[in-house]
Amino acid sequence: MNDIILKTEGLTKHYGGVQALVGADFEIRQGEHVAIMGDNGAGKSTFVRQITGVEQRSSGKVYFDGQAVDFAGPLEAREAGIETVFQNLALADALNVPDNLFLGREKFLFKCGPFSILDFKAMRSETLKSLERTGVKIPNVDNPISNMSGGQRQCVAIARTATFHSKLTIMDEPTAALGVQETAQVENIVRTLKEAGEPLILISHNMRQVFDLVDRIVVFRRGRIVANLRKEDTSGEDVVAYITGAKTDPAYEVDA
Amino acid sequence: MAGLAHGLGGLKYDPKKRHRPPELNVFVAFVVIVLLFEILGRLFVGDSFLFNTRDGIDTLFNEARLRIIILQVAIIGIIALGVTQVIIAGGIDLSSGSIVGAAAMVGTMFAQSSINQYGMENTAPVLGLAFLDLPVIVAIVAALAAGLLAGVINGLLIAYGKIPPFIVTLGMMLFARGVANWTTKGKPISYLQEDYAAIGAGMTPVFIFLGAALVMHLLLKYTRYGKHTYAIGSNEQAARMSGIDVDRLKVLIYAIAGFLSALAAIVLSSKALTGQSGMGVMYELDAIAMAVIGGTSLAGGRGSVLGTCIGALIFGVIISGFTFMKLDAFYQEMAKGAIIVAAVLLDQWRARQQAARN
Repeated sequence: MNDIILKTEGLTKHYGGVQALVGADFEIRQGEHVAIMGDNGAGKSTFVRQITGVEQRSSGKVYFDGQAVDFAGPLEAREAGIETVFQNLALADALNVPDNLFLGREKFLFKCGPFSILDFKAMRSETLKSLERTGVKIPNVDNPISNMSGGQRQCVAIARTATFHSKLTIMDEPTAALGVQETAQVENIVRTLKEAGEPLILISHNMRQVFDLVDRIVVFRRGRIVANLRKEDTSGEDVVAYITGAKTDPAYEVDA
Repeated sequence: MAGLAHGLGGLKYDPKKRHRPPELNVFVAFVVIVLLFEILGRLFVGDSFLFNTRDGIDTLFNEARLRIIILQVAIIGIIALGVTQVIIAGGIDLSSGSIVGAAAMVGTMFAQSSINQYGMENTAPVLGLAFLDLPVIVAIVAALAAGLLAGVINGLLIAYGKIPPFIVTLGMMLFARGVANWTTKGKPISYLQEDYAAIGAGMTPVFIFLGAALVMHLLLKYTRYGKHTYAIGSNEQAARMSGIDVDRLKVLIYAIAGFLSALAAIVLSSKALTGQSGMGVMYELDAIAMAVIGGTSLAGGRGSVLGTCIGALIFGVIISGFTFMKLDAFYQEMAKGAIIVAAVLLDQWRARQQAARN
């Protein structure tokens, strides 16, 4: 059982009187790619916000890498090894690729508080290495991000996870705003992560993408997990039935 | 890395998207303006703007004019350096001019001597006889500390009070001017020590400006401080998520801006041989104008020290050029206003162009 990288028990979040997430039991193993699906407002993003420390859970437990964790903020989660690629790309437009990859964790030639001198060379060469590892193709990494297409930006955001050898990657609708070719590129990177044995939680609305990329699908509905399906044992219709509420996995039946 | 661009439909290297240093545009504008004055001068005034036309002096350029241009912008230029990094970080500083006034008063208060250069005795020292003839370093430290304090207060209110920078620095603009007037009930401070007066003598202000510019350039370009300043200006949310202590950084940014305003105050009061509470009125706007003309984007994230230095030179050339053309001062003001608006217009147009390309 020690290959479970992340596990939640009874994870619950209320916003005032609104129950956004109720009793979520979830686990993901080393090297596993799991999709989280569900309608808007089903609790997918709320779930992610609790495990990445963006928000503080109301109750429940989170175990990461074998230990009970309680992240005070996204930075702590990131330091522990959870990298999140957010829907609204968390990139600084005016900075170039290495600057963005290393934002907040720069390498220094000389340390002196805020006036520490940056080691551009080391950051650039590590950037190129990790871009190669993830198969991300950026024509010129010295260009500011603002000069790049949406797909390239998303790739940069994803490449960040590879640079820092994260233990778990979470992608929140990484291709929602991308064109066909760009989506294909992002999907290729996801496959690269799979080959490298890196676990991934993918939030997506795209059924084809989910069936193409992941091993397991977890469906959220109205704040609860309603299904946990192996890809081989299910179909698109089945998943839609769970999402819309036409079906509920007996294991997750709640007494109303 | 050449192989990387293969089979990438749509993601190939596009030379049109190559990054060109924005300072180049500013520099071209600078050259154009200088040439414009040169041509207008030859047409309407019958004199050269740039070159020496007087007999008996063996220099190619009109050195006196060039000196004045640089000297004129040096003091406000020092302030503009601080304002530049504030704007890059997505903020604004309207208080710098008033901080100059307050810091000038505080500095000169500690720089008084018992006897002036004509041998007259100082009968009414501001702080009492015990504070006369102190080492000059005391006055310098006092002035810088005053500026630093004002900047830190700005930063704390903006970062932790979550008040928009415009409001905070507007408040500080009024408050610091009030402090400046309060120190001596509006009376000027004179009888300054000779050592203090030496700071602003001759071309020293220019060297102080260049030194400050070099330090700020290195800070913004090569340190964590600079990188994070650009980061919070371009996407504060992302900076926070990346673990940057945005609030602490903001305090530091405004503190450095206050410090540079105080440095300008020392140079200005030393050069004028007096401390006056009205010093630095409207300097904040000129400093913002220099930064904006130099390519600093009011939206944050873009700008540079080099750009601001060229922006300052453009400013100086315009002031000097209008005088050279024997035009009245109000035309100067109109032109300055028009140029600031034109610079922002250009900045927005550039941003739209860039958005359209992606």
